[in-house]
Amino acid sequence: MELHDVWFVLIAVLWTGYFFLEGFDFGVGVLTKLLARNRAEKRVLINTIGPVWDGNEVWLLTAGGATFAAFPEWYATLFSGFYLPLLAILVCLIVRGVAFEYRVKRPEERWQRNWETAVFWTSLIPAFLWGVAFGNIVRGVKIDRDLEYVGSVWDLLNPYALLGGLVTLTLFTFHGTVFTALKTVGEIRERARTLALRVGLIAAVLALAFLVWTQAASGDGKSLVALVVAVAALVVALTANQAGREGWSFALSGVTIVAAVAMFFLTLFPNVMPSTLDADWSLTVTNASSSAYTLKIMTWLAAVATPLVLLYQGWTYWVFRKRIGTQHIAETAH
Amino acid sequence: MDMALAPETLARWQFGITTVYHFLFVPLTISLAALTAGLQTAWVRTEKEKYLKATKFWGKLFLINIAMGVVTGIVQEFQFGMNWSDYSRFVGDVFGAPLAFEALIAFFFESTFIGLWIFGWDKLPKKIHLACIWMVSIGTLLSAYFILAANSWMQHPVGYRINEEKGRAELTDFWAVLTQNTTLNQVFHSFSAAFLTGGAFMVGIAAFHMMRKKHIPVMRTSLRLGLVTLAVGGILTAVSGDTLGKVMYEQQPMKMAAAEALWDGEAPAPFSIFAYGDVDEGHNKVALEVPGLLSFLAHSDFDSYVPGINDTNEALREKFGPGDYKPIVPVAYWGFRWMIGFGMASFSLGLLGLWLTRKRFLLPAALRTGEDEVPHLVLLRKPLGTRLSRLYWLLALWTMAFPLIANSWGWIFTEMGRQPWVVYGVMQTRDAVSPGVSTAEVITSMSVFTLLYAVLAVIEVKLLAKYVKAGPPELSEADLNPPTKIGGDLRDADKPMAFSY
Repeated sequence: MELHDVWFVLIAVLWTGYFFLEGFDFGVGVLTKLLARNRAEKRVLINTIGPVWDGNEVWLLTAGGATFAAFPEWYATLFSGFYLPLLAILVCLIVRGVAFEYRVKRPEERWQRNWETAVFWTSLIPAFLWGVAFGNIVRGVKIDRDLEYVGSVWDLLNPYALLGGLVTLTLFTFHGTVFTALKTVGEIRERARTLALRVGLIAAVLALAFLVWTQAASGDGKSLVALVVAVAALVVALTANQAGREGWSFALSGVTIVAAVAMFFLTLFPNVMPSTLDADWSLTVTNASSSAYTLKIMTWLAAVATPLVLLYQGWTYWVFRKRIGTQHIAETAH
Repeated sequence: MDMALAPETLARWQFGITTVYHFLFVPLTISLAALTAGLQTAWVRTEKEKYLKATKFWGKLFLINIAMGVVTGIVQEFQFGMNWSDYSRFVGDVFGAPLAFEALIAFFFESTFIGLWIFGWDKLPKKIHLACIWMVSIGTLLSAYFILAANSWMQHPVGYRINEEKGRAELTDFWAVLTQNTTLNQVFHSFSAAFLTGGAFMVGIAAFHMMRKKHIPVMRTSLRLGLVTLAVGGILTAVSGDTLGKVMYEQQPMKMAAAEALWDGEAPAPFSIFAYGDVDEGHNKVALEVPGLLSFLAHSDFDSYVPGINDTNEALREKFGPGDYKPIVPVAYWGFRWMIGFGMASFSLGLLGLWLTRKRFLLPAALRTGEDEVPHLVLLRKPLGTRLSRLYWLLALWTMAFPLIANSWGWIFTEMGRQPWVVYGVMQTRDAVSPGVSTAEVITSMSVFTLLYAVLAVIEVKLLAKYVKAGPPELSEADLNPPTKIGGDLRDADKPMAFSY
């Protein structure tokens, strides 16, 4: 296994970490309209991710920065090619961060309501668009001999990628719902479990269709294993949810996300962005990667920093391990 | 294509708008994180309530500010790929590494520990909670360091080779990128300017409360801390600016010649106070100068030769082939002056304030004031009258944004002064843009960002003003009795959280 293969795996790990973590906090954002009945409940939801959403989002920035360093061609083609969808995602992430931080800073009804609406949409839209983006990466896009994306934004909105968007949206919402069941106390916890069943079933149907489509188009033995794990984990997660085993349910919905992302990357390898115009123009781990020296430095960085990050981020979850309910939310503005 | 709508021009405008905007929040974040951490340390050590109040007050302003810094920073991580794909392809092997380091080391630090700090008041023992804000502060400094190392490589590329076969620059010595003198000097200059900025911010707001005679104990402490920060930051900014300038005279003589509108080389070279020139003709029509000073600034010698724009342009043509290698001279010239002017105006006001509010043996005993009194402003032996005192407070308030203007012009100067290069001597800006991104797409993104940022600016400033006016909060029992166990005390499971969104 050469260093660029290692980095292919590490980039996959970073995206997996991002989707696992921000997956549930996007889901929680969507639930502010789907599950919460009043402001107090909305605040309970937002506060389950309050101390951690920012750290979760850094997985994305790290995936971006690491792709730049380890696969400059991939970084360049992907982000210039998917220009407008990425712009939409960035705008959402900007507004979303401000919404979390500023919502409580003024008591006016309109102010709070507007930021709450913002939290919902800016969670929903990226949750959908990331699926569209990854659907397109796996499916391949129009890349010319200069490794430039030459399609239009409409080419990105094909049925396969749109289905991918629905899968990430529903899967993240499910992930967020079981997370809510795990992190809250009181009536909202019960309703989260009821909702989890419905959202989970929809996610399961969509995910099964999408992953089978992916498998049929470009799968192999390994990706089939990932597919089976993803779907099985989702089914068991639903069962665990029905049995009231909230920890298991959340862990297994996480496994579904991990396996689904793994399947993406397994079908992709050794390409990083296949070209639909000519297979020779595809970006691969070899033609898109950095020099051996840069990859070596990056590997050292990853080997030292990643365990530390996992350690102190994990610690944060432990510090804020208590369930919260409406009784824990103070009335006053800060 | 019309130059005004060329993708390069638009992409540059977008980069300029988003980056200058982002950098309004960066220096305040860096300095307020450290200052808040300092105040909280004082609280933990002395248990004086005024320090805790100050921590909560400045911490809140810090959080309102860092939220904007964080979200506008997201754009920066992706903008190179979006708008500068040819740049990214060419330099990614070198330039990507410091960005990845920044994300993996600094961003995780900052974002994780800020969450712990915001929500941790009733979840963490006092000292661990204090450690969290220090971690945030370290995160902000590390982040700035790595991104400045990346920028320094664009100013003065080192530790790389050109791979002809692959058509790109490749890293050969990462240590050189991290420790070259351009990096160290830019880091020194940016850090000290950040503290100048935070100091002026603190002084301005404390002055506002002095004028209204409110929250005096907290604001006296803040005023003092702010003034010292402003003065020390100011001195260090001047010193580091001087050394960075000398480095730039070696590495980018064109930028520095443009900064002085020095068209033709001179020995000794004068420092320009005011100039109005004819760019097409390549000379100044009006010039007000201090003889020999420029020679001294460039080489610490009043008689040395300093090359001018025209000579340097000629030398660069010989080296790199035909073309025009000069930046937009008036922008470099005025950018340089506004950077220094606004920065040093703030610094002077800080020095003046430090003298006016002096204490102990420097001040006659009769004029010394207590903890809860507005300090007398004493120029010589007698306090200033009400009107003059009020004037000083007002000046401090109205000039608190001066360093922000100076920072912005500093970046505009150093980035536009490097043109036409994106990586000095290696790659020109016109070769760096994304060939596949259309004019319409860039206009869309630029309009969206500009509009969104303008709206957010209004929201942010109003919010800051609200919390500035409100002053430090009253402390509750819970504030004064932090938990002793990690995760919070379990005495009352249904107690509301100390902070919730």
